[in-house]
Amino acid sequence: MDTMEFIADIQWGNALYQLLIFSLLLWVVSRWALKPLLGVMKKREQQVNDNLDNAEKNRVEAEEYLEQQREELKQAREETQAMIDNATKMSEQQGKEIIDNAKEEAERLKESAVADINREKEQALESVRDQVASLSVAIATKVIEKELDENEQEKLIDSYLKEVGNE
Amino acid sequence: MNNVHEDLTLTWTIGGFDLHFSFSVIFMTTIAALIVAIFSIVGARKLAMRPTGLQNFIEWVMDFSRYIITSNMAWEKGGKFIVLAYTLLFYIFVANMLGIPFELATETDHYVLWNSPTSDPVLTLTMAAFVIILTHIYGFRMRGAKEYFADYFRPSPILLPFKLIEEVSNFLTLGLRLFGNIFAKELVTVMIVTLAFAGTVGFVLAWIPLAPWLAFSIFLGALQAFIFAMLSMVYMAHKVESH
Repeated sequence: MDTMEFIADIQWGNALYQLLIFSLLLWVVSRWALKPLLGVMKKREQQVNDNLDNAEKNRVEAEEYLEQQREELKQAREETQAMIDNATKMSEQQGKEIIDNAKEEAERLKESAVADINREKEQALESVRDQVASLSVAIATKVIEKELDENEQEKLIDSYLKEVGNE
Repeated sequence: MNNVHEDLTLTWTIGGFDLHFSFSVIFMTTIAALIVAIFSIVGARKLAMRPTGLQNFIEWVMDFSRYIITSNMAWEKGGKFIVLAYTLLFYIFVANMLGIPFELATETDHYVLWNSPTSDPVLTLTMAAFVIILTHIYGFRMRGAKEYFADYFRPSPILLPFKLIEEVSNFLTLGLRLFGNIFAKELVTVMIVTLAFAGTVGFVLAWIPLAPWLAFSIFLGALQAFIFAMLSMVYMAHKVESH
């Protein structure tokens, strides 16, 4: 079998038909199946990417919010603590002040009472002293009046004693 | 056994040159192509963002083709070949599978009516030639004439004859590997089935080798389809990407 015969023996018709139908198949599949499918696949990829991006963004945002909330909570707690501390301190101070005031007042009252007492005492003494003096003067006058005789004196003393006793 | 690939042949003579069209090859390639087209189109008919059923399957084949491409070249360059990879993979797989369930032949003359079209060397070599020619066209178009021809002299001009031989051998191995595998598969299947008709004992016992052999045939057909698509993309990457 020479070369020409061999070449002629090949079923070129089959080859031609095969080539034709395969090219046709390529075109048909590309036109009606793969192009739209590729579009959808690309779109889906895009969507998945978008969703992932969104999810990541949301996560970051949520974390931010959480952090913010935490910060705020902490701040609020601190504020409350400060307020409580302040109130305690203030109440303590006020209590102390009240007690101090009371003590002072008591002291003052006591002092004034003592002063009153002293003054009264003084007055009383004063009046006693005055009376004693006038009494002495009166006694002296009486003594001087009645110093003439012994009888008289005796009478005088008696009268005085009587006077004292009557009083 | 010699009759396995005798066909009903129609000859059309143009200008003294005979064009042989054999019925089984034309019939089977048409059926394979129709199956691929119908599956693809039906799968892509109602496109949903959340795929179900056939769309899932088509997308899976698509992803597989994409994997074949990306394992050979950058997606920016290879993306346009997804249709080629998809069609090669799907078409050859279907063609390989067609011969598995049964093989029809006319009783008297053993004209084959139904078999795997890929068990015909002319057909597989046509596919191989188609792919190889496409690699040259795209290599030329995407990298320019200078780069394309310079590749034959890289890394040294001494390699020119080997580079030319390589092109031919790529074509031959790509086509003949597929043909050899599928043809051998069909041959063995036919032999086992012939054994089944040898007698009662043969009829009972023939299932023992036949069942694992058919299972292996499915594996073989899938593997050869994958290899063909993979090698096509390897050759394409060689031509399209700069080294």
